[in-house]
Amino acid sequence: MSPISRGFHGRRREVDPDRVPPGQYVVEDFPVLSAGPTPHTALDSWSFAVGGAAEAGAVWSWEQFNALPQETFTVDIHCVTKWSKLGTTWTGVSVDTILEHVDSAAEFITAWSDGGYTTNLALEDVTDGKAWVVHTFEGEPLEPEHGGPARLLVPHLYFWKSAKWVRGLTLTVDDEPGFWEAAGYHNHGDPFKEQRYWSD
Amino acid sequence: MERLTAGRVPIVWRTATVTAIVDETAHARTLQLDVPEWPGHLGGQHVDVRLTAEDGYQAQRSYSIASAPEAAQLALTVERIDDGEVSPYLFDELLVGDPLELRGPIGGPFTWRAEQDGPLLLLGGGSGLVPLMAMLRHRAAIGSDVDAHLLVSSRGWDDVLYREELAQLALGAGLEISYTLTRERPDGWTGFTRRVDAEMLATVAPDVDAQPRIYVCGPTPFVEQVADALVGLGYPPGTIHAERFGPTG
Repeated sequence: MSPISRGFHGRRREVDPDRVPPGQYVVEDFPVLSAGPTPHTALDSWSFAVGGAAEAGAVWSWEQFNALPQETFTVDIHCVTKWSKLGTTWTGVSVDTILEHVDSAAEFITAWSDGGYTTNLALEDVTDGKAWVVHTFEGEPLEPEHGGPARLLVPHLYFWKSAKWVRGLTLTVDDEPGFWEAAGYHNHGDPFKEQRYWSD
Repeated sequence: MERLTAGRVPIVWRTATVTAIVDETAHARTLQLDVPEWPGHLGGQHVDVRLTAEDGYQAQRSYSIASAPEAAQLALTVERIDDGEVSPYLFDELLVGDPLELRGPIGGPFTWRAEQDGPLLLLGGGSGLVPLMAMLRHRAAIGSDVDAHLLVSSRGWDDVLYREELAQLALGAGLEISYTLTRERPDGWTGFTRRVDAEMLATVAPDVDAQPRIYVCGPTPFVEQVADALVGLGYPPGTIHAERFGPTG
């Protein structure tokens, strides 16, 4: 039972509890969080790879990646540092499309990025239209500080799972904790269950 | 997961008691807290604070820990964000003796323990100094003389946190502190007078060959500019630890 904070009323906004998870507040701006310098990868040296515990793999150049079927969609995003941003519009390639190019019985993936960042996800959390690799935000090329040229987007999980500067997906047989997952954050990270830290 | 979580103390809500409130500047104050069964922390980590209204409404925000791991009490330094939801309460309503719910410590790579050695390069913009101060207090508390360089960027001299304590710390061996004031300078100011740039970093930082551990904390534009300049000067990106924050209340 939380103690009452005498004199605290809050600055509440009318929010839809189906859209704003517990402990989150809605922002209009787009805060930046990352653990190191922002990589600046030139598009002509960018590639995206899918492989790992799989029969075959694939690598796309920037041009080839942009020639894959593209989807534009609008979703809410939720950062573990408490902010949520509603109705954000992105364009990119569905992870379902990417995974069509590999044949694997593995049930997990590690997304890896320029700068050494990794995050782990169960396959069921990134398939059936639940995840994308996006390069466009609100109709504009995604800025480097927000993960450009391309980032993973898994809107139903806390935003650290949406790896910035993503360069590939590695299929893994075992679930292998990534950067924040190994540093005490939750392995799954469902914002509606408030799975922020490992003991939540 | 057993392997990773063994020995860790669960991150659960604890009800702390405010034992002192110290005004640091016109816009920042430090809360001294007595936290039951605090599991300990490392310099650079933060906590989540949760407020609860009478009708059960709750709001949470994160605040950097200012105190050394060795300190008897936990200290948080809070900047007042005028249109924020939690920080104005911590400024205007919270009193000594009040309960305050928090949990932590939280944070992974943005930490420093003296046995990790140095040299240390700390770059703080505004209240980004807070987690860096926890590292310097840790360094002082255990009598470390690890070579350390701190650059503080602030609007004006009156906005600099922990000024007197930093002056005291700088009397000890191995710590060099530089300031840059970007808006207002007192008469006779001899420090830097511009935003942090590569030239300034080259002046205050240990050489690339010395392989400093680098921690940059402040508002997003500050961190982006400083981290980019450091990479440009040849410091390996993997040695640059960054913590960015915006005014989120």
